[in-house]
Amino acid sequence: MDSEIQLRVDGRRKRLRVDTRMTLLDALRDGIGATAPKTGCDHGQCGSCTVLLDGRRVITCLTFAVAHDGADITTAEGLADGEWLHPMQRAFIERDAFQCGFCTPGQVCSALGMLAEVEAGHPSVATDDLTGPVELTDEEIRERMSGNLCRCGAYVNIVDAVRDGAR
Amino acid sequence: MIPFDYRLAPDVDGAVAAATGWGGVAFLAGGTNLVDHMKLGVAAPEVLVDISRLPLDAVEELPDGGLRIGATVRNSDLAAHPAVRRDYPVLARALLSGASGQVRNLATTGGNLLQRTRCAYFQDLSTPCNKREPGTGCSAIGGYTRQHAILGASAHCVATHPSDMAVAMAALDAQVTVLGTSGRRVIPLVELHRLPGDEPHRDTVLSPSDLITAVELPPLPEGTRSLYRKVRDRASYAFALVSVAAVLRVEDGVVRDVRIALGGVAHKPWRARRAEDVLRGSPVDGSPADEEVFRRAAEAELAGAAPLAGNGFKVPLARNTVVSALRGLSREER
Amino acid sequence: MTDLLRPRVLGQSPTRVDGPAKVTGTARYAGDQRVSDPAYVHLVQADVARGVLTEVDVSAAQALHGVLAVLTPDNAPRLASTDDAELAAFQSHEVAFRGQVVAAVVARTREIARHAAALVRVEIDQRPHDVHLSADRDDLYAPEKVNGGSATDTEQGDIGTGLAHSPFTLDQTYTTAWYNNNPLEPHTTTALWLDGDLALYESTQGVHTTRESTARVLGLAPERVHVIAPHVGGGFGSKGTVHVHVIIAALAAKAVPGTPVKLALTRQQMFSLVGYRTPTIQRVRLGCDADGRLAVVAVDAVGQTARIKEFAEQTAVPSRTVYAAPNRRTTHRLAALDVPVPSWMRAPGECPGMFGPEVAVDELAIACGLDPVEFRIRNEPDVDPDTGKPFSSRNLVACLREGARRFGWEHRDPAPRARAESGWLMGTGVAASTYPVNRIPGSVATVRCTAPGRYLVSIGAVDIGTGTWTSLAQIAADALGADFTDVEMRIGDTARPRASVAGGSSGITSWGSTVVAAAREFRRTFGDHPAEGAEASAAMPEDDVGEEYAMHAFGAQFAEVRVHADTGEVRVPRLLGVFAVGRVVNPRLARSQLIGGMTMGLSMALHEHSVLDERFGHVVNHDFAEYHIATNSDVPHVEAHWVEEHDPHTNPMGTKGIGEIGIVGTAAAIANAAHHATGVRVRDLPLTLDHFLE
Ligand SMILES: Cc1cc2nc3c(=O)[nH]c(=O)nc-3n(C[C@H](O)[C@H](O)[C@H](O)COP(=O)(O)OP(=O)(O)OC[C@H]3O[C@@H](n4cnc5c(N)ncnc54)[C@H](O)[C@@H]3O)c2cc1C
Ligand code: SF4
Ligand code: FES
Ligand code: FES
Repeated sequence: MDSEIQLRVDGRRKRLRVDTRMTLLDALRDGIGATAPKTGCDHGQCGSCTVLLDGRRVITCLTFAVAHDGADITTAEGLADGEWLHPMQRAFIERDAFQCGFCTPGQVCSALGMLAEVEAGHPSVATDDLTGPVELTDEEIRERMSGNLCRCGAYVNIVDAVRDGAR
Repeated sequence: MIPFDYRLAPDVDGAVAAATGWGGVAFLAGGTNLVDHMKLGVAAPEVLVDISRLPLDAVEELPDGGLRIGATVRNSDLAAHPAVRRDYPVLARALLSGASGQVRNLATTGGNLLQRTRCAYFQDLSTPCNKREPGTGCSAIGGYTRQHAILGASAHCVATHPSDMAVAMAALDAQVTVLGTSGRRVIPLVELHRLPGDEPHRDTVLSPSDLITAVELPPLPEGTRSLYRKVRDRASYAFALVSVAAVLRVEDGVVRDVRIALGGVAHKPWRARRAEDVLRGSPVDGSPADEEVFRRAAEAELAGAAPLAGNGFKVPLARNTVVSALRGLSREER
Repeated sequence: MTDLLRPRVLGQSPTRVDGPAKVTGTARYAGDQRVSDPAYVHLVQADVARGVLTEVDVSAAQALHGVLAVLTPDNAPRLASTDDAELAAFQSHEVAFRGQVVAAVVARTREIARHAAALVRVEIDQRPHDVHLSADRDDLYAPEKVNGGSATDTEQGDIGTGLAHSPFTLDQTYTTAWYNNNPLEPHTTTALWLDGDLALYESTQGVHTTRESTARVLGLAPERVHVIAPHVGGGFGSKGTVHVHVIIAALAAKAVPGTPVKLALTRQQMFSLVGYRTPTIQRVRLGCDADGRLAVVAVDAVGQTARIKEFAEQTAVPSRTVYAAPNRRTTHRLAALDVPVPSWMRAPGECPGMFGPEVAVDELAIACGLDPVEFRIRNEPDVDPDTGKPFSSRNLVACLREGARRFGWEHRDPAPRARAESGWLMGTGVAASTYPVNRIPGSVATVRCTAPGRYLVSIGAVDIGTGTWTSLAQIAADALGADFTDVEMRIGDTARPRASVAGGSSGITSWGSTVVAAAREFRRTFGDHPAEGAEASAAMPEDDVGEEYAMHAFGAQFAEVRVHADTGEVRVPRLLGVFAVGRVVNPRLARSQLIGGMTMGLSMALHEHSVLDERFGHVVNHDFAEYHIATNSDVPHVEAHWVEEHDPHTNPMGTKGIGEIGIVGTAAAIANAAHHATGVRVRDLPLTLDHFLE
């Protein structure tokens, strides 16, 4: 059963017909041709499909595209402007925060979504005082980035990059 | 996945009406559990009623000091809500220890309560499972049982309920508001989920057209402390092997109020009434002597534990985690 | 002695050439390649471990709108070669392991393909299966050779006498688990036939090796198969050989002429279709004198292989080289079971094989009252104990000393269970790492001048995250005497000259030597001022010194572990490794490789374990929610360092390979630290909390 939806992806308006069974991830990849969100597990267990949906980080493999008519989506590709890279992306390169690069677009989106959460004062399970202000310690970064698996094991560099990129 | 019809619920009543009358309908909230199951073939609804945009996304502070949490409030928003952080740290921590940031941004209160077991055999169509297909047998018994129950299981199913949030809510005496075909009703959270018995396919007391609209938390008296301790196989992004939600009020060196719920050990969030009975009225002063009563309480609860081959470790783990949680709370008290 | 390059760009740390493409997600992996109007393939797997297919009813699937074809053993074309039973897709009705592919649906969309796959009805006449690995089986057999071509068994001196004369002895059994490689990118193939040629966009560690294997199975001339892999989302060995999905994708594309097909394995399917590391059982016997000098090193390793195809993990091989001892013995025995086919996984042999012995050494050091670092230093051999050859260079002792210094080892109180901090028991441990210097012949590179002072270097190498795009350009720059930015690489495509597989940490040794040879040939022919379009090629030079020396990289890893006194939870707050790996081409990338290996080693130590349900014959925890790999929170602090090592014998760059050594020894260091923290000796991985509960 098909349905027509509209999405804004990386600043561009897209109209597409989707099978109601199509996940947002597959709509972005197969429907629109976006390559930044990756299918690492297809079951919410790795974070490689993370994008910013209306400004918040979400996985896209466990949600149907049809439920997101009108949504505004930013993928890692949309964070850059041609040759100009987002400071977080530059930090990832500088810190060598990846190897194969497959988890990387999801890591970058997750990092930015996470920083917005910190900015808003949201605690994490690593936060000692739930009611106080949140300080972006390495332990906080690690916990908050734990939804993005990296099989290449770039974690310590990812933490360095996120710390740099947050400046 | 079979094709399905997608309907955006116009309003709360419309959602219930759309789901009434036949079996092939499911409510779609964040989708993080339902879509997972549809991909695996564990769920095969023909109609999805999308409730994620219903106006049930508010957290309200009630006049009596309690809290009403809308069913579509995102797990992340609930954990970040100032009242939850201030008054119900056990809940905030339970939420924050579940899944990942980008899953919690989708997951909702209602969906979290009704998420189904993570039993690997349940999720794999190629292995028999009484919960998925009644009467086919339980593959977990005699199999891989690390995530399985030690309390309240049956010969038909030994699954656990995976929610962290629900465990905290069980300890908080939460009440669940449900809208069904015959109107609104309120169910204590501890009665929402069932034990498997001989009907393991029924996770809860709800019927398919019942819509959870809200969860209410009664206020906690002044001086009450609470915490959530989750023990898992990796430091983050993993389900609980055992978790403990504990709420404690000590006055004049005596336990006045205590509520403990365990996660990862049973088919439902397990309210540890026996342990509470041992503790209530006991002297507690933050000294090492408390250890003894905490341990007795934990052991009283776990006396009925029936571990499976392969998960016997959960009994001492649950005991120690209860003791550790109570120790933490009673010291925080000073 | 090889003609060593004068390093200019070598040893510098340019950032990754492919960095911008990767951080923006525009780098094209196998599933990202744009092909017009592709069809999608979804696989149907056997749900019994052994049996005979009696019926594959595809009628319901076929009737679904949008289904283009369903391949089964009843209708699939015959393959030219079925020598490799793993690749013999749909060639017989026998089911040899649970998860074997029995049908493949080709459909217009992913959703339809998945739906249709669920409608294929498979009847299997089930036969009793046997998937039980044990050292007590009476049908264990000795393979002819073990992986890498090493001898199955070795024996020197007499271990019986050696043990009898040793005041301190140890006889213990250690086990490592079944591990799945689980690169983050699932194995994916985009296949397309054009005029009898097959194009494959493939997630592979070797484009030419994929071409050759695929061509053989399909009965094509190798030139007719084109394999393209500019970016690969990790492999760790599982993309080092062709697996059955490649053949199926090719057959599926053939079934829908003119339509390209995309086949992406699901994470769950990867647990049965793309290889894994066999579980191992290692009986270790050691004997030493009162000074801690080893008289006996004996390792008897048991692993599993599939009934249909042999893979013999070389688990006991590293023990042949690490420590001196006059009496030595190693053996390998296999159980052939009704299980999926095991294969390479990061540091096959060394990774599992340095767990048992390195824990055993810790136990024996404690038994004779010696510091475990000192114990290892005392057993340093003068020559390779296995072959009697001199080492081209060997700096294990330097690594141990440097590591101990950096880690702060000297202040360590050897008593176990002696420190606690806020409810956590704390300990530290050490283990040695080793990995051979491998080179694989058969690569060719081409250098071409594209503009004055600018060069294009082509070789069919791949970058699986190792940094090939960048490090080969560095090597080429130095070999040509050009600037790094004046060299452009062309890799990851069979349209480039043939290259060996990215495996055995051999990439830089093999491809790098080839690039150096091509650059030198280019300069010899065209001098310093070549004309635009000037081009020269060269093959990898013969190895003239390899036979004279034993060539190995070494390392030492130090771990700090804390174990929760109440819950037994295990954490590794700190890992530190010091390695001797020859010259480091690009420190930035090398460090990533080493910490990446150590992180995977930590993951193996604490979490990883594919749980086999023997009743069904499958891995139960076949996804990322249940097969835990370390998350960011599990890995607070990992440091990798290296000692200066000048090895003129390995190759013109003086390198040794760094992709695998990082995972070797990590698990032992952590297990040893956990013992120091708790007094509990765990000999079976992983180190889950239940081992430490009281
Ligand atoms: C990788 C991963 C790790 C996770 N780890 C954890 C963890 O550690 N701890 C934890 O607690 N959880 C964990 N979760 C589970 C997650 O919390 C749940 O998937 C989520 O809370 C479900 O909410 P949802 O809104 O997405 O539900 P959905 O998937 O939309 O719905 C789930 C079920 O509830 C029904 N439903 C939803 N809302 C209502 C309503 N208002 N009334 C009636 N029925 C309703 C649906 O019909 C469906 O049957 C994890 C999930 C994933 C994918
Ligand atoms: S424990 Fe319950 S859910 Fe798991 S296999 Fe048994 S019946 Fe199914
Ligand atoms: S692909 Fe979505 S979380 Fe893994
Ligand atoms: S860089 Fe390869 S998975 Fe993270």
